[in-house]
Amino acid sequence: MANLKTVSKKSKAQSMGMHTEVLTGRTQQKFFNPDEAENFYYFGTYDVDFNKRTELDVKDMTAPEANKEIDNLMSQGYGTIVIKNPQGKHSLGVGILNKLNLIFEGSLGYFGMGSCDGPIVRINGRVGWSCAENLMAGKVVIEKNAGSCFGAAIRGGDLICKGSVGARTGIDMKGGTIIVGGDAGAFTGFMMQRGRIIILGDVGINLGDSMYDGTIFVGGEIGSYGSDAVDAELTKSDQDWLKRKLKVAEIGENFDVSKMKKIVAGKKLWNYDNLEPTEKKGAI
Amino acid sequence: MCGIAGLIHRGKSSNVGSELQGMLQALKHRGEDSTGYALYGDTDGKNFIMRFKVGENVGEGSSSVMEDVSVYDERKKIVDETLAEMGAKIVKEERTLPYSLRYEIDYNVKDLLEFSQRIESIPGVEILSMGKSLEVIKDLGNAKMVCDRYSLDKVVGTHAIGHARMATESGVDIKSAHPFWGYPFSDVSVVHNGQLTNYWNNRRVLENKGMRFMSECDSELIAVYLAEKMRDGATLEEGMKASLTGLDGVFTYFVATKDSLGMAKDTMAAKPLVLYESDDLVAMGSEEIAIRSVLPQEIDTYDPFDGEVKVWQI
Repeated sequence: MANLKTVSKKSKAQSMGMHTEVLTGRTQQKFFNPDEAENFYYFGTYDVDFNKRTELDVKDMTAPEANKEIDNLMSQGYGTIVIKNPQGKHSLGVGILNKLNLIFEGSLGYFGMGSCDGPIVRINGRVGWSCAENLMAGKVVIEKNAGSCFGAAIRGGDLICKGSVGARTGIDMKGGTIIVGGDAGAFTGFMMQRGRIIILGDVGINLGDSMYDGTIFVGGEIGSYGSDAVDAELTKSDQDWLKRKLKVAEIGENFDVSKMKKIVAGKKLWNYDNLEPTEKKGAI
Repeated sequence: MCGIAGLIHRGKSSNVGSELQGMLQALKHRGEDSTGYALYGDTDGKNFIMRFKVGENVGEGSSSVMEDVSVYDERKKIVDETLAEMGAKIVKEERTLPYSLRYEIDYNVKDLLEFSQRIESIPGVEILSMGKSLEVIKDLGNAKMVCDRYSLDKVVGTHAIGHARMATESGVDIKSAHPFWGYPFSDVSVVHNGQLTNYWNNRRVLENKGMRFMSECDSELIAVYLAEKMRDGATLEEGMKASLTGLDGVFTYFVATKDSLGMAKDTMAAKPLVLYESDDLVAMGSEEIAIRSVLPQEIDTYDPFDGEVKVWQI
């Protein structure tokens, strides 16, 4: 990469008229070139072996210490890590950009598994607010209940809660799938922009309020619809997709998906088809 | 951002002072301008316990004005005289700090409103709580500091609620700290996390109905609102349900009485609450780590939904 502090000639982006300012400081630009796909990797990721397993007791650790140790274990090639005694600590497992099998033997507090890209996570407990916020890819399974803002702004991956979730589930989500085995609170799908939410139980008031795009499937009762949320026809392909998704998610396998309600955005937005980061990755 | 916590033991007593200290200390990152405890201790139920202050804590970042300790002594003297005039006998007197006092009073109170109005007509005097079980202790600093200052870790009782405050709507002082006593009802206390946007409208209406406000903290409105509903004959739970529409803004609050503990969450569920419930214990707090301080083992917890009201009995 060019030294951005000393760039004097016009860059490719500038030639295209995309940038005219002089970049200084720590700003970085990265371009996705299909020919260089094999060179694309995240900084700080490691080659791990899923058969190499270890346990980590975080009872007496702070969240930064625990996260640093997870990173350290990945750097040693451990591909399966079991976390003991999380005891509701906040911000555990954040920022993991690796393929990794991560198992929490207990509950997490706020912001658990935030900003991750790739790990397969099982949490044998409950999670607090904003679990898996900004998830890019991977799979996070919660065996019990989840707090509010579950899956806020996720862009990809599967986020599964086998219990019930709080308010504003999938707020601002831009991709991926959220599956809830129980009930969901108010403002589910608030301002969602893409992706799918599946709620097998009941949902609270203002479902899909101000949603731009995306789809919500509800198996139970709906407290009320939010503005811009409307019913849509549940097609055969929807049902096939739901069955497949629920089976893969190990949740509600025998659920009668034909009786689910499908809710979509009732408005058409213009200039709303730019690819999201996960889709860019898929494209290359 | 503030933190609230509460617990109720059903069918037994426990060291609620120590337990609540642990819960609130776990939430200290949500605010440590002040911390308050409403403890429902084991008493014989014969005498009233009055916690009151004759001044403010002027240290530790306080927004209060410094006063000479002799002023506190003078106010205390007037309180003692007023109690004597009303025929109230002080059975036990504790003065933990120059500005903070605890009296056990032998008095056949017919009307707590009239009693409280007379005491609080003394400038600078505020009753923090009045009841036969309830004691409200609040001061500046985090949970451990307040607990140590008032030796609360030995208090045994059935239930308790508490609050770790980050001052936003009003100053850093004891009068704005939670919990708020449900004046003039014996043994009623409230803690709140959130912001009420129709505070002044409600305050004007309630003051016109004869209710009293001691601070400009929006959370005090909840205590006064519920007290007014109960004065008009509503049950605690009915008052709490009415508050979901009567109060505007975002809130999660706890209210406790002599034998019960309740929670209410606004219709937008904008403020957090995690709840653990079993046959013999209910524990709840703004974050799960508060509950973990009393129940470190793996437990099932959940978030109450929007517009939910729950009340538990001891």
